[in-house]
Amino acid sequence: MSIKRRDFIKITGLSTLGLVAIPASELLAEIAKTETSKSGKKLAMAIDLRKCSKEEGCTDCIDACHKVHNVPNFVLPDGKPNRKDEIKWIWKEHFGHAFNDNQHEFLSEKIQHIEAVVLCNHCENPPCVSVCPTKATWKRDEDGIVMMDWHRCIGCRYCIAACPYGSRSFNWRDPREVLEEQNTDFPTRMKGVVEKCTFCNERLSRGLQPACVEACKANAIVFGDIHDPKSDIRKLLSNNFTILRKPGLGTNPAIYYIV
Amino acid sequence: MIEKAFYGDKKYWSWLFFLGAVILIAFLFYMRQFNRGLTVTGLGRDVSWGFYIAQFTFLVGVAASAVMVVLPYYLHNYKMFGKITILGEFLAIPSVLMCMLFIFVDMGQPFRILNVFLHPSPNSPMFWDTVALGGYLCLNILIGFVTLGAERKLTAPPKWIKPFIIISIPWAISIHTVTAFLYSGLVARPFWMTAVLAPRFLASAFSAGPALLILLCLLLRKISSFDVGKEPIQKLAVIAIYAMCLNVFLILMEIFTTFYGGMEDHMSHFKYLFVGLDGNTFFVPWMWTSSILAIVTLILLIPPAGRKNEKILALGCITLFISIWIDKGMGMIVAGFVPNPFHVVARYVPTLNELAIALGVYAIGALIVTLLYKIVLSVRASIP
Repeated sequence: MSIKRRDFIKITGLSTLGLVAIPASELLAEIAKTETSKSGKKLAMAIDLRKCSKEEGCTDCIDACHKVHNVPNFVLPDGKPNRKDEIKWIWKEHFGHAFNDNQHEFLSEKIQHIEAVVLCNHCENPPCVSVCPTKATWKRDEDGIVMMDWHRCIGCRYCIAACPYGSRSFNWRDPREVLEEQNTDFPTRMKGVVEKCTFCNERLSRGLQPACVEACKANAIVFGDIHDPKSDIRKLLSNNFTILRKPGLGTNPAIYYIV
Repeated sequence: MIEKAFYGDKKYWSWLFFLGAVILIAFLFYMRQFNRGLTVTGLGRDVSWGFYIAQFTFLVGVAASAVMVVLPYYLHNYKMFGKITILGEFLAIPSVLMCMLFIFVDMGQPFRILNVFLHPSPNSPMFWDTVALGGYLCLNILIGFVTLGAERKLTAPPKWIKPFIIISIPWAISIHTVTAFLYSGLVARPFWMTAVLAPRFLASAFSAGPALLILLCLLLRKISSFDVGKEPIQKLAVIAIYAMCLNVFLILMEIFTTFYGGMEDHMSHFKYLFVGLDGNTFFVPWMWTSSILAIVTLILLIPPAGRKNEKILALGCITLFISIWIDKGMGMIVAGFVPNPFHVVARYVPTLNELAIALGVYAIGALIVTLLYKIVLSVRASIP
């Protein structure tokens, strides 16, 4: 008996429906899953811009981070930095750009000249996590770090559109082409995926501080569990006036700034 | 039925070969992008979605607009649309396919696309958009071929298809609503964060889609013996211009709220589009072209005397289509990213490579619509 084309199409159609049923069941399980318990730990960072700005032109934290994480440095043929394809996990931004809702004409000159260190805010309500269609980025329950899986990311860049802080970078081209010296303890990325700061989760698991914290000779960056009342970061926050980037958006960032 | 696409005259085959050649060249450009990465496009860390996603957004609208012929015909039993309904459904199929292709060519890791299904994420509007578009594609293929098959046998369509037709109506609305939700739920992008985005998308879709369908019907009449008749085209013209009025109205609503309220975060994007921001005026001529064409369309097509003249109607449909293509495509997407979260104005101009790939996707759409319309025309011609 030969199968008619029409029957073949019907069988193929039905089989496809069957395939759809599998992820559908997983989806239902996902909806049923309620929020997991909160361990209570929340990692955060306080950056003292008073101390930081004393070291004018210092890029120690940036260099340390980008070196340990194999972040490429693309340059144009004429030697200028390639802004279009740029990848950065931590960098300096004019105060007026980083804190544009605090910007005004008569801001003291000292503040206006501040170059603020910016990085992923590890938000409590991260918009990048909600929009990711593959759960390639997620918030870790145990400490609130917003993580990234470069092996799952499909490179749709929805998270970049959703991030209000411009903290995410996309590998527009192969980063391995320009990496001169590699840190073999940390993976390199391939083209076509998004990356960002992960609070050095790989160092934390070895009991180390994040690379930027360690590299700062002015001790301007303090890192710790903000839910622990005895932590250094909590002491710092209770004794100083701190500001957040775009607090009105409801993302609740974990990077605090002392100005 | 499908075999009917394999018989045609010389003109038909030359057109197919021409499209094939365009697709082949575009494929070479895609291979270049695939090997080197998306760096071959004009996109960058500030404007990270551009021409591809703009075409995607616009074409979801064209796909959804099939409902403007399906609804009157099946729900209101408007017999006049008998000949045109299948053309609407068969325009939706290539439109959805082009949407999917534009997403595919925009992806950094296209071979991981199945991750969307392996790790379903109901929190992400993109997940729902994939479901909505896939479902809509299946519905239109099913409904189109079943009703056409019945027509060929000179019988009424089977009863079981009716529920699918009914479902396809709200489904069409849903694809464009969910597409609007992709953008309108982002706190990071004030330009998109407006409740009027989904209604605007629907209004512009229901005018640009029927306008394209009118142009296709007029073209079919010219190059073949197939004529849908004068009246259905007039009815479609009324639908297109009413929807266009609604679209312009909604844009004005947006502009009122933005500029009377005066929030700089919202205004800066409009300023970038219409007068330029920090010296960057790349978009200004495009947006004014779009606005002037919108006004020309209203002048040409609102007076019944105007749109009853098919030459004026065709011109009006072209101006309407281009106006919405600029405004809802590139204008909508790029302005969302400029100025960026640091309030810095970034520059984005699509590259030749990017445009070539986009042209290839459009050629695939044109190829599919040609094949499908050929089937319809052959089936209709064989009916005594």
